[in-house]
Amino acid sequence: MAKGIWIVIEQSKLEIRKVSLELLSQGRIIADKTGEPLIAVILGKGVTDLAKRVAAYGADKVILVDDDKLADYTTGAYTSVLNKLIRKEEPQAVLIGNTAVGKDLAPRLAQRLGVGMASDCTGMENEEESFLTFKRPIYGGKAFAQVASNVRPVVATIRPNTFPVAAEDASHQAEVVNETADIDPADLRAIVKEIAIATSQRPELIEANIIISGGRGMKGPENYTILEECADVIGAAVGASRAAVDAGWIEQKFQVGQTGKTVSPTLYIACGISGAIQHLAGMGSSKVIVAINKDPEANIFNLADYSIVGDLFEIIPLLTEEFKKLS
Amino acid sequence: MNIVVCLKQTFDTEAKIVLDSNGKIDSNGVNLVINPYDEYAVEEALKLKEKFGGEVTLVSMGSERVQESIRTALAMGCDKGILVNDPSIENPDEWATSEILAKAVSQIPYDIILAGRIAVDDGSSQVAIRLADALNIPSVSSILKLEIEDNKGTVTREIDGGTELIEVGLPAVLTAQKGLNEPRYPSMMGIMKAKKKEIKVLTLADLGMSAADLPRKMSIPKFSLPNARTAGKKISGEAAEAAQELARLLREEAKVI
Repeated sequence: MAKGIWIVIEQSKLEIRKVSLELLSQGRIIADKTGEPLIAVILGKGVTDLAKRVAAYGADKVILVDDDKLADYTTGAYTSVLNKLIRKEEPQAVLIGNTAVGKDLAPRLAQRLGVGMASDCTGMENEEESFLTFKRPIYGGKAFAQVASNVRPVVATIRPNTFPVAAEDASHQAEVVNETADIDPADLRAIVKEIAIATSQRPELIEANIIISGGRGMKGPENYTILEECADVIGAAVGASRAAVDAGWIEQKFQVGQTGKTVSPTLYIACGISGAIQHLAGMGSSKVIVAINKDPEANIFNLADYSIVGDLFEIIPLLTEEFKKLS
Repeated sequence: MNIVVCLKQTFDTEAKIVLDSNGKIDSNGVNLVINPYDEYAVEEALKLKEKFGGEVTLVSMGSERVQESIRTALAMGCDKGILVNDPSIENPDEWATSEILAKAVSQIPYDIILAGRIAVDDGSSQVAIRLADALNIPSVSSILKLEIEDNKGTVTREIDGGTELIEVGLPAVLTAQKGLNEPRYPSMMGIMKAKKKEIKVLTLADLGMSAADLPRKMSIPKFSLPNARTAGKKISGEAAEAAQELARLLREEAKVI
């Protein structure tokens, strides 16, 4: 009999990723409804102290796998360890954030387990027969597919910013279990030699609550500083449209859209972005959209909640000043 | 070097998505193209071939129409194609697709397998990585740079907030992220030559499989379209006035600042 909802906790330098807290929070709601235990699984090196933290977000049990070989994420080692634990414990569901790690790990793990997987979900509901049904954007958000698994466990990756993070409850206790890292030698054929994290104080694009994005209307790479200044006042990430990336004004990793990142922040400020269908696909699920564009006919105005027709070079610095007054 | 590229035919990213009367995604009148991320895989394969020699084999699954996309990649310079086309298995899930592709790839020699990191249609981003597991070889996803020496790949992979450098033993599956290269266009000469290149069409039986061996792990998806967003408030006035009003609305009305 399958048992439990597993959340694979992602941590970077012993900081738990926000999406993992979102999954614990939503997992708690489903656990309460179904009577299934909520189980947090933490892999890494020196991760013991994180157990308390995940307990405070509602985990009933924490499985810790603390090992030097798990210090950096690698596809093989993490798949090896999780595959064996899952086969032993037989959970109902294994939920992972749809991050660079989750996107890489979950399909490999699902195949090793011989199970199905729902990728990049933006909705998840408990349902009797399949346990969980998932809603996921397809065609870059131009449509949705609702899927469920015919077998257990189901593996799913959930898009960051899908669920709210519940309040921490330091009095909530969890049983803590230590497991050893049992890694097949065949899973050690890829080695991380070096990790280069760009030094940025700004939030990661896919996890940001606010994104301020610039398109063709930015006119050149030097002008992104006005977006950056605004971003830093409101704690936003900076994004870009494909036109700006293809023009070479900004790195590809900042691209929002069907061939870039798909985001769903609370607030998306589109500056000098016309609103091509590929771009809308990547940000259309944002809660509030602001558009600032010189062209009154720009397509982005058809879906923006707040629109200003005007010169972004004039408006953005003024807006930055207004935001400063509010903070 | 024997290079395999997994190629998927997808809707053009310009395509507007509509549902037909059965609630399925309507492909009528939609322009079908090589999945844009697979083009990076094709380009990288051709660069490896230019450097190390060898052959590039395209492997795909789908209907007769997929031959057009395979033909385009052959015109770019790939050498031959394999298309698994079997009406007995309609829209297999990612698990089944990976099992089938693994069988097809196992029939040919391979040193490296390249694919796009995601397909722009279902966006599931699973099959290439699953394929690696089915073949029991390592995988590195979302790569931005590749160098090969002494049967080892040194790969730059995109991670959240940066990159990592990974050394991987070959054979391996690598999935291409935008930025890896700039795909070439087929030349006139390439298009002529492609007409004579072989596309082998295989059924499940040719692979020693049957649809009964591949029961769905995932349910058949139900499709829906997003609620259309509508235009909201237009904020007019002088720039300073508009900026002030926007900040106020974001704070007081939308409560997002």
